[in-house]
Amino acid sequence: MRRLILTTAAIALSAGAVFAAAHEQTVRLGTEGAYAPYNFLNDAGEVDGFERELGDELCARAELTCEWVTNEWDSIIPNLVSGNYDAIIAGMSITEERDEVIDFSAPYTQPDPSVYVAASEDIDLSSAVIAAQAGTIQASEVASMEGAVLVEFATPEETVAAVKNGEADAVLADKAFLVPVVDADPELMMVGEDVLLGGGIGMGFRESDAELREKFTAAIESMKEDGSLNALIEKWLPESATF
Amino acid sequence: MNCADPATLDGLAWLACYLTTGKHMAFYGSFGTVLLLLAITAPTALLFGLGGAIAARSRILPLRAFGKTYIAIVRGVPDIAFFLFFVIALDQGLEYLRHQVLCPGWDQPIRQGSDFVVCQAAKLPLGTAPQWQHEVYGFLLAMFTFAIVFGAFAANVLFGAMMAVPRAQLETAEAYGLTRAQTFRRILMPQMWVYALPGLSNLWMVLIKATPLLFLLGVEDIVYWARELGGTKTPNFTDYPHGDWRMWYFLALLVFYLLLTKVSESVLERLMKRLTYGQATTGGMTA
Repeated sequence: MRRLILTTAAIALSAGAVFAAAHEQTVRLGTEGAYAPYNFLNDAGEVDGFERELGDELCARAELTCEWVTNEWDSIIPNLVSGNYDAIIAGMSITEERDEVIDFSAPYTQPDPSVYVAASEDIDLSSAVIAAQAGTIQASEVASMEGAVLVEFATPEETVAAVKNGEADAVLADKAFLVPVVDADPELMMVGEDVLLGGGIGMGFRESDAELREKFTAAIESMKEDGSLNALIEKWLPESATF
Repeated sequence: MNCADPATLDGLAWLACYLTTGKHMAFYGSFGTVLLLLAITAPTALLFGLGGAIAARSRILPLRAFGKTYIAIVRGVPDIAFFLFFVIALDQGLEYLRHQVLCPGWDQPIRQGSDFVVCQAAKLPLGTAPQWQHEVYGFLLAMFTFAIVFGAFAANVLFGAMMAVPRAQLETAEAYGLTRAQTFRRILMPQMWVYALPGLSNLWMVLIKATPLLFLLGVEDIVYWARELGGTKTPNFTDYPHGDWRMWYFLALLVFYLLLTKVSESVLERLMKRLTYGQATTGGMTA
């Protein structure tokens, strides 16, 4: 035990030294870590996915030291404004409602199609019970549909589980999230048309933090120009449109 | 064992590799987090409780008012509301104080719309601090909050226990010429524990069961990892795809908590036997 503590302390100290020696400003990036392929925890327990690769590249271009932090989706905006981390990069679509509380960078995806997934073909979506993650654009979309009943869940995982155990008739979520889910589960299928929601996915910043937002927007634009962003989208989000 | 290509493994070999991924190691580590929280919170809460009980019995009015208010407020507010409010308030309060001290020349408002903005030097922990420091800080905030909440309940239990010590004992001490402080230390304290123990052991059990609240406070505890690990894993994003296994992970948590409370019960029972030994109570007679 003693050795374990010493080793931990040694690692911690050396890590601290490395951080101090690197860039002056450390930017903490908040993500959910439960929304593959955008962001998820890999087998080693590290943040991985489209946004991990994108975020690391953006930080390199903006010459910032970045650190990844995971946070529940429910409290991801409150924890940004109270300063627990400096940016949200969590598959968050740009909407007017959110824009009143935080500011967004330029979008790094096109408006992303959402799809319905159900356990059977013959679901009447206009009168169905539809699951969505709380606080998402999909949840507001279902809430605005007349006749449909919205059931909200805290995590994306639970929305799919609700369809599988019959609690909901269908789930509405980003297509890029649902495609691998449907591929892996023969019981589930996509129903209805794609729905285009939101203004693309962007990084979220505190409204008082315009400088940092500009840095990341510039980095995103430079990735759009040299095509590296499109390469990342094709790798991680094969169903999504490129720039 | 070679875990490089889990798809070729099956049965126990697969399971052995699966249960030793980095993610599972973090899961096992989080059991330590919970035990550490219990180990630090219990004595701290007891200390707060003792302080609260002594304050509530004090002859000095402001101190007595403080003790009684502490007990009444914390016991009256739902745990979850208190946890969610207090951790944010404490964090922002500390940062505000540091801001006042460290950045006197700051001319911007601290509240800008919904933003809480303090200077970089006042951040707790500093924005440049490595992630483990942020985690330790979050853990300490959580621990402190737990101690305050459970301290109030402990204070009430100890207050009652102090009242339960037979009055004749204290009067005899007075007759021998002991001061108030001496009476408290030599007569009251040693005897009150036996009256306090049933209440305190109850609190300990409640504290054990309250540890999943850590998850609400953003600490990655066993509930967080059980939910994360148990969730469906599709083959694209992991070497170990599986269905919805949350039930099994939560079953493991259930067993863990049952074991913990079982061990606690037997330890507390022994302690009770020891404290009542030779006392003029039903428990003491049978010993």
